[in-house]
Amino acid sequence: MPTTLFEKLWNTHVVREQVGRPSLLYIDLHLVHEVTSPQAFSGLRTSGRGVRRPDLTFATADHNVPTTNRALPIADPIAATQIETLRQNCREFNIQLFDINSAEQGIVHVIGPELGLTQPGMTVVCGDSHTSTHGAFGALAFGIGTSEVEHVLATQCLPQTKPRTMLIETQGALPEGVSAKDLALGIIGQIGTDGATGHVIEYAGEAVRSLSMEGRMTLCNMSIEAGARAGMIAPDELTVRYLQGKQFAPKDGNLDAALSYWQTFKTDPGAIFDQVVEIDANTLEPFVTWGTSPGMVVGISGNVPDPREALTAADRGSAERALEYMALAPHTSIEDIHIDRVFIGSCTNARIEDLRAAARVVNGYRISGSVKGMVVPGSQNVKRAAEAEGIDQIFREAGFEWREAGCSMCLGMNPDILNAGERCASTSNRNFEGRQGRGGRTHLVSPMMAAAAAITGHFTDVRKWQFK
Amino acid sequence: MVPFRNHTGRVALLDRSDVDTDQIIPKQFLKRIERTGFGEFLFYDWRYLPDGELNPSFALNDPRNRGASILVTGKNFGCGSSREHAPWALADFGFRTIIAPSFADIFANNCLKNGLLTIVLPEMQVAELGQRAQENEDYQLTVNLEECTVTDSRGFSAAFSIDDFQRKCLLEGLDDIGLTLQHEAQISVFESQRPAWIR
Ligand code: SF4
Repeated sequence: MPTTLFEKLWNTHVVREQVGRPSLLYIDLHLVHEVTSPQAFSGLRTSGRGVRRPDLTFATADHNVPTTNRALPIADPIAATQIETLRQNCREFNIQLFDINSAEQGIVHVIGPELGLTQPGMTVVCGDSHTSTHGAFGALAFGIGTSEVEHVLATQCLPQTKPRTMLIETQGALPEGVSAKDLALGIIGQIGTDGATGHVIEYAGEAVRSLSMEGRMTLCNMSIEAGARAGMIAPDELTVRYLQGKQFAPKDGNLDAALSYWQTFKTDPGAIFDQVVEIDANTLEPFVTWGTSPGMVVGISGNVPDPREALTAADRGSAERALEYMALAPHTSIEDIHIDRVFIGSCTNARIEDLRAAARVVNGYRISGSVKGMVVPGSQNVKRAAEAEGIDQIFREAGFEWREAGCSMCLGMNPDILNAGERCASTSNRNFEGRQGRGGRTHLVSPMMAAAAAITGHFTDVRKWQFK
Repeated sequence: MVPFRNHTGRVALLDRSDVDTDQIIPKQFLKRIERTGFGEFLFYDWRYLPDGELNPSFALNDPRNRGASILVTGKNFGCGSSREHAPWALADFGFRTIIAPSFADIFANNCLKNGLLTIVLPEMQVAELGQRAQENEDYQLTVNLEECTVTDSRGFSAAFSIDDFQRKCLLEGLDDIGLTLQHEAQISVFESQRPAWIR
């Protein structure tokens, strides 16, 4: 019987099936960060359990870390304790840690792929909802809670109920200036923030195939914003090319075996999905969110919607509350929304290609006098690569701050936050109330759109940009 | 984990949909390394005004909701971040059950691990409960997990469904890591058959 990519991943990882109970799934790669792990390690200690496979477990500090001078001690004592706790836990349980001063440090979902840890045909978990990012390699990758982190540490397995499957089939190609981020926002706008709840999404079609690996990661990253358990894309030649030579990728004698194994991870023709969604990529434009949930999104040529036109009373209420929080009036043209801050960063859009795309827009321009801009590379590797290409110079000369790698203002657990009332064009993934700082107003956009807004001081259609 | 069987308690209504875990427990409180003590920060930015005073217009600050242990709320509750601090905060605050038309997956899972029961009821019934909670002083519900019912003393009765195994875990307060470890031998056999290059 023809099966889907998801089913192949599932079937090759079931350790044990039991009637009336979730299946026991084997986990190939467990990524750990400082915020969601301390209670899991202390749970292990309390119950006298160890880490079953420290060799399949990798840790980094990303959420809490300062993005300024790393040589200085961390100013926030509680954050410092959390990072120190991670260090101690990794030492005690023999887990490899990419600590804040290591050359490989970075956002957990950026470093997994770039170190070659994430590979096709794997199950990947992390105590972080954006673990869906790793699905870009044809892996089954999903976020878990801290109790489950403890479960995986202790057993390398996780009891899981089989999710349903959803195919998102794109037709046509993305127009010039429309990026993977816009595709993701367009999908969420269409199916809603709970449109894929209980499902694993497979993305397919021309527009997905023609994305770079970075673009595929951006798309899979945002799957959770549609409520999905995971998002995935079948591996192809591009996937293989990306992985070749990476630090932890299979090498020499293992490479051929790995290649033929990876090829088996694709959906057979005729395989059935529980749901199929079609997306016309040709008609997509650069998107900007106007509200406090990623589904509240509209094209750059559009206007802020009128809550009175909402279909249900609940939607009307949410839209009214969102507009009040965002201090926006219905019918305002998106291009007329002025911003105070620009954040280019996060596990959605802080890979080298994202920085290149933004730098191409910025090149030769100066940031608007009323805007403060910040670029936070996703990892130390990305930062070094960008510096080698002179991208940091382009940003600096335009007036952006160039920072050290971490989550930074994506969630503002470190000092990088919005002040109350500040409006930000952000390449991150969540525009929830207060996400980037209490009272801060976040608009989600692509790196190119963020760059253009930084220059003009308001949202600007990057499809009409005069590149210098 | 504390077992969950039957529970009767006061109902609080949070009439919003898509409440994300950033609202349930904002990031500035995620730096603690313990599982306890998160209740005082529950819904922090909504519960407190910027000057630190209680926000009188927020539902949970309504004196009528004091001591509530059952939360009735809108669809897609718990979306966003996977932070288990969200159920820790809800449980620490005193909630034992949350009733909504739908929950985000990771959140619902996290609740289960902490003895917090999430009940999915159709939108109409949730709205009915919300209305009753608003109209009646000290409105109480009884949740019976053995029979999978939600009832009040005024004629409301609804049946809900829950996965059998999840129900068993809650009823017995099972340690699921212990359960998995019973299959150690099988895990080892599986490991010995994994492709060689996956370390
Ligand atoms: S960059 Fe943002 S979304 Fe990504 S892992 Fe960090 S905090 Fe989470």
